[in-house]
Amino acid sequence: MTGSLALTVVLNGLTLAALYFLVACGFSLIFGLMRTVNMAHGSLYLIGAYVGYAVFEPLYDQDVWWAWYAGIAAGVAAAAVFGVAMQAVLLGWMQGQELRQALVTIGISIIVADQLLAVFGGTSRQFFAPDAIFGSTELPIAGRYPTFRLFQIGVAVMVGLALWLLLARTRLGLMIRAGVDDRAMLTALGVNVPLVSLAVFALGAGLAGLGGVIGATAQPVAQGVDARFLLTSLVVVIVGGMGSIPGTAIGAILVGVAEQVGQALFPTYSVILTFAIMAAVLALRPQGILGRPA
Amino acid sequence: MLEITGLDVHYGQAHVLQGVSLSLGAEPVAVIGRNGMGKTTLCQAVMGMLPASGGSVRLGGEEMLGRPANRVARAGIALVPQGRRVFPSLTVDEHLRLVSRGRGARWTIERVYETFPRLAERRRNGGTQLSGGEQQMLAIGRALLTNPRLVIMDEPSEGLAPVIVDHLVEVLRALPGEGIGLLLVEQNLGVATDVCGTVAVMVNGRIAATMPSRALLADEAAQRRFLGVSTGAQH
Repeated sequence: MTGSLALTVVLNGLTLAALYFLVACGFSLIFGLMRTVNMAHGSLYLIGAYVGYAVFEPLYDQDVWWAWYAGIAAGVAAAAVFGVAMQAVLLGWMQGQELRQALVTIGISIIVADQLLAVFGGTSRQFFAPDAIFGSTELPIAGRYPTFRLFQIGVAVMVGLALWLLLARTRLGLMIRAGVDDRAMLTALGVNVPLVSLAVFALGAGLAGLGGVIGATAQPVAQGVDARFLLTSLVVVIVGGMGSIPGTAIGAILVGVAEQVGQALFPTYSVILTFAIMAAVLALRPQGILGRPA
Repeated sequence: MLEITGLDVHYGQAHVLQGVSLSLGAEPVAVIGRNGMGKTTLCQAVMGMLPASGGSVRLGGEEMLGRPANRVARAGIALVPQGRRVFPSLTVDEHLRLVSRGRGARWTIERVYETFPRLAERRRNGGTQLSGGEQQMLAIGRALLTNPRLVIMDEPSEGLAPVIVDHLVEVLRALPGEGIGLLLVEQNLGVATDVCGTVAVMVNGRIAATMPSRALLADEAAQRRFLGVSTGAQH
């Protein structure tokens, strides 16, 4: 493999990792605070992508320059609102009953998939990135590389930094971290933990929606990708450690790069690599790379 | 200030609190009793962390039962729980910032640091890097920062060195002067009687007796009956 090809493969891996991180960090946050294994997390990705597209398409047809940005805003908002509704109407009442919540969210994911199919049909869709981030950029060694993919990595880095700032520096962040440690004690200090939970659900779901629009710009979105992103999110947070944002970043990079390197070196068996990583982590460090023992 | 009447709590089939009644004014009251008598359950039920099956808990005439713990806390009750329960992910300073109600309040972060200079030295340390005594100071500082009318302390002296217990007693004795009520749950009879003039004895989920501290200290037979110890072994 030449140096330029190797670098391109790694960059492709990082691009994929960026998308996985965007989707999985919401999953990880929600699990960390509420112990809810949100099996409908892939559906939030789909909702973001499809609702975003529904807003984007007519604007794009009219040649409006901000069509894509409007799609992002709509996708994030739709996923966040849906996530909040899920928590407020269904999951909040079963706080602490993990199995019941998992079953309910599986039910939600089936309903959402069918409704999206009914409304948007089975054809795949793809956003067109705005001119500023379209085309390709000349990179040293790797040569020309799609600008949008670099943008995608940039967005993930920004989101990661913003989340770190939120958790480390703000009062909401303090509440989230304290809630991950001891929900009951946090409540006894006068904090309305259900309200904090709603905020975390809005944040986590909104990030999944952002992932949906970004992902559907990089490659077409179609019915069924929700399962793929749910599965990947699970693998990423199991590898990185449930509830840890830096852990999620490490998990996303490992899984994303492994997938791309695997596809370049041994395409037929590349899927095995992802699960080999997961099996190795579970065998050596069951709580995940940066996870705390339960 | 606090009026508990006929408080009942069940864990499944077990009737853990059986019609507990206790009233507390400006003077601190201690609740003593052996392990498994329902003392911690009483604290958690008053705080709203456990559902009660009957009775009433009033703070300044307002019913607390049935409220979630955060609203009980907002109404003015603070809990220093058994085992301190500091947050492992938060530093000392972050604990205090989490509950601080701002500069206008009576208890501010600066005042907590003045009361417990040791915490100021450890402000950047994580909750689990602290010694037992420091964790206890943090749990108390955290509770005071909610500017409560009443503090419930569940076995604050448990596992602490005698010199730290002395400092703790000093801090607790200052609370009534601040107008803060104190319900002190203790197994350490010395601490309970040092801080509180009145002692309620809990046996099998009931208040078996309420008496002045001096009367209990003078009555060795009662001490053996209620606690299984004599004062000589304590404090």
